[in-house]
Amino acid sequence: MSTVAPIANALTAGKLPRYTPAWVLLGSAIIITGIALLMGNPSIPGIVVVTAVLFVVLVYLLSLVVEGSRKAKDRLMTSLVTLAFLLALVPLISVAATTIGLGLARFDLEFFTTSMRNVTDAGGGALHAIVGTLLITLATAIISIPIGILTAIYLVEYGRGKLAKWITFMVDIMIGIPSIVAGLFAYALFALIFGPGIRLGIAGSIALSLLMIPVVVRSTEEMLKLVPNELREASLALGVPKYLTIIKVVLPTSLAGIVTGSLLAVARVIGETAPLLIVAGFTQSMNYNLFSDRMMSLPLFVYSSYSQQGADPQQFLDRAWTGALTLILIVMALNLLGRLIARIFSPKLSR
Amino acid sequence: MSKRIEVRDLNVYYSKFRAVEGVSLTIEPRSITAFIGPSGCGKSTFLRTLNRMHEVIPGARVEGEVLIDGDDLYGPGVDPVLVRRQVGMVFQRPNPFPTMSIKENVLAGVKLNNRRISKSDADDLVEKSLRGANLWNEVKDRLDRPGSGLSGGQQQRLCIARAIAVSPDILLMDEPCSALDPISTLAIEDLMEELKKEYTIVIVTHNMQQASRVSDKTAFFNIAGTGQPGKLIEYDDTNTIFTQPNVQATEDYVSGRFG
Repeated sequence: MSTVAPIANALTAGKLPRYTPAWVLLGSAIIITGIALLMGNPSIPGIVVVTAVLFVVLVYLLSLVVEGSRKAKDRLMTSLVTLAFLLALVPLISVAATTIGLGLARFDLEFFTTSMRNVTDAGGGALHAIVGTLLITLATAIISIPIGILTAIYLVEYGRGKLAKWITFMVDIMIGIPSIVAGLFAYALFALIFGPGIRLGIAGSIALSLLMIPVVVRSTEEMLKLVPNELREASLALGVPKYLTIIKVVLPTSLAGIVTGSLLAVARVIGETAPLLIVAGFTQSMNYNLFSDRMMSLPLFVYSSYSQQGADPQQFLDRAWTGALTLILIVMALNLLGRLIARIFSPKLSR
Repeated sequence: MSKRIEVRDLNVYYSKFRAVEGVSLTIEPRSITAFIGPSGCGKSTFLRTLNRMHEVIPGARVEGEVLIDGDDLYGPGVDPVLVRRQVGMVFQRPNPFPTMSIKENVLAGVKLNNRRISKSDADDLVEKSLRGANLWNEVKDRLDRPGSGLSGGQQQRLCIARAIAVSPDILLMDEPCSALDPISTLAIEDLMEELKKEYTIVIVTHNMQQASRVSDKTAFFNIAGTGQPGKLIEYDDTNTIFTQPNVQATEDYVSGRFG
């Protein structure tokens, strides 16, 4: 066989081998580690940061020489985006690892079955706080989700003119309310009715509703806007009244998104501390009644365990970490539930 | 059932802008009437006033009369919902409800109105409507699959089945074939010939061959320029419009010498 001359193709351009970035990364890591060892003061974060910078610069220059400026910019941006992603992962992984590592010490049956009543150092648990958090959040959701969804329906389907503009404006303002202000508002409201010094679980729910309603309104509004107008028109053209069109066509089509948005809003308020500190109070005992007496919550449990340590501080710190871990797990479970519900309800497109 | 449409001096406004000016025409029952004209000349807007669907757009309003067998659509106390139950509509893009199966889509007009229907009646209605829309043989084995899984042409025929399932008197079609391939278009044109026996059909189309193939009468709409209202230029038998139109603009348009 005779050798075939390579066919000249006017459309080809220089191209770096596929694994070039990986080799460049390895190379820069070795060089920087070597320099750090020579200088005699190696610190791992320092090596990682300098390696990353060197890698970005080297890949850009190499690509500029071999592949030209467009590809070089592409590689530069790819490197920067990847770096930003890794940087964003650092706090996430750090928080998760720390909380799990330190929280597992008291992640036992006693923690989930007892309260802190008459506990001064060892033992004790957060059942009162878990129950409180779940009850207060449930009441918040029951208040906020209907109001939020109905407001969003009004804004998207009916709202015209000044009223709708004002509501949108007010919702924007409510999103920015500091949570402590929501707590003070609820306290002032209940103090006016029941007298000063009042502490109730339901007051905590009212305070949290102020924070949750705008989030539900916003997410539901976006979901309703995503429903194509053609579907509304198709339904109206069949002689279906507007309210039935909304209930039977618009809401089912956007249900998955609304459920996900509402659960994310729950996740947003379940970790609130400041308003509950003011209106729901702080207690060591069980309380299943939202409408009487103080009610504990998980964020407050974490805060008080840390801030009011007893004779054996380690016991209190362990409980604080486990409380934080429990809160994270609850939020994670809610998110997973949201995903699951979204998958069940989303419109099926398969053939 | 099939009804006559009479339009008297109709003006359509979007807020202050007059989109359609001074349209008067009569559409006979059991016929196909085609609206042709350049984009933006108000054909679709005018079509939507025939079942009060234009009101869905904020700021849209109408002056004039639309009579369906003598009943004024815009008379005091007229419920647009009742109007739309008698005047069905098929849209440009096929729009089956994504959350519903094929069967549920056909029954949408009944189910969405919370009306009770026995299972056997429902099955009969589904079969009759799908046969009416020439779709039964293609989907009879997968009635419980999602309607959005069908091809574009099948989806459009599903939408027609959905529209005729509520047994309207009049069927409005807003460019029903513009998103479809020639084979599906042919299927829908054949279907219109069938439906003509029972319904008054009004179709908006940009395809002049289609207008000349399917329609009995043709209305040509035109617009003097951007910002000007659209007007009805000529309304006559399709044959006349395409061979011996009275107005020069009509002749220019149908012969492709426009502008």
